[in-house]
Amino acid sequence: MAENGHEQHSPLEQFEIHEIVPIHLGGLDISFTNSSLMMVISVILISVFLVMGIGRGATVPGRWQSAAELSYDFIAGLIRDTVGPGGRPYFPLIFSLFMFVLFGNLLGMIPYSFTFTSHIIVTFALAALVFILVTILGFVKHGMHFFSFFVPPGSPIYMWPLLIPIEIISYLSRPISLSVRLFANMLAGHTLLKVIAGFIALMGVAGVLPLALVVALTGLEILIAFLQAYVFAILTCLYINDALHLH
Amino acid sequence: MTERGGPKPLKDLENRLRAARAEQDKGKTSSKSKDDGSQPGSGLGLAFRVTADIVAALVVGIVIGVLLDRWLGTTPWLLIVFFIFGGAAGVLNVFRTMEGYGYAAGYRKTEAPPEGDAEEDKRN
Repeated sequence: MAENGHEQHSPLEQFEIHEIVPIHLGGLDISFTNSSLMMVISVILISVFLVMGIGRGATVPGRWQSAAELSYDFIAGLIRDTVGPGGRPYFPLIFSLFMFVLFGNLLGMIPYSFTFTSHIIVTFALAALVFILVTILGFVKHGMHFFSFFVPPGSPIYMWPLLIPIEIISYLSRPISLSVRLFANMLAGHTLLKVIAGFIALMGVAGVLPLALVVALTGLEILIAFLQAYVFAILTCLYINDALHLH
Repeated sequence: MTERGGPKPLKDLENRLRAARAEQDKGKTSSKSKDDGSQPGSGLGLAFRVTADIVAALVVGIVIGVLLDRWLGTTPWLLIVFFIFGGAAGVLNVFRTMEGYGYAAGYRKTEAPPEGDAEEDKRN
């Protein structure tokens, strides 16, 4: 977030994708980019965080182990509250999603790093994964009865032609709103930080004001990083709950 | 810690350490749950969520309309119809989010409404 003063930086420069190892396979560009690098780093960090934390397995947990257990407990409690006991099998999925999004958001807060959750294709891929899994789950659990999901109960038949398309659109909009929410939060937050940080150098002595604002916003951004990971997890839980217990 | 005064024996130190640690853990969780619901940026968060809900439904409606039009060759008409459906679905999404009916299609509440539902809604 630090500016060099004399150089001109675009606030959007931080979102650029750079190839690190160019790989082109049969017309497909599957290069290893800075985005992929951050994803790999976050997966490695998550693994280290959890394996090292749990590995010792002390009865009286130290700080590290407490933190690891806290994150586990947090998601376990979330699933218990929203889905109920039937939600246990989906714990690995939700926990992985939560940790991946959380570490992606938090790693993005480190200056000069890259926030992969600020790219809609990443968040949309995650949301599409959730959406497809939940739809398949609904069909597996309920078969064709799944379609009753789209008929608002208690509505007269002559209203169906109007209501069913609306319900279907509402259902299809889930992955989009899920991904747009995360992506827009990250994109807007990081752009704002960078824009205001740009004022610090421009304003000279009065730059103390934007500096204070940037400090405050950094705190807010870290809060949002947690919050958005939490929202992603809880929405996944609610969707799974819907698929499990059709109305 | 209320006690003050000179250094204490090691055993006492261990007890105090444990108490402090328990307190710290407690503080951590309670401050965390407070943070989840507490308000800095919650207006902004709400705005983001409502925007995402409306825009997403509109986009889906428009995409369906355009695709159906292209397929059936009825160019403006289905787009118009599905634009309106999309807008309705967007309002429905927002309505449901605000009402705390969960985030789902379908009007009914689940049999056992999740406890934190009303809170979650505020949390974005």
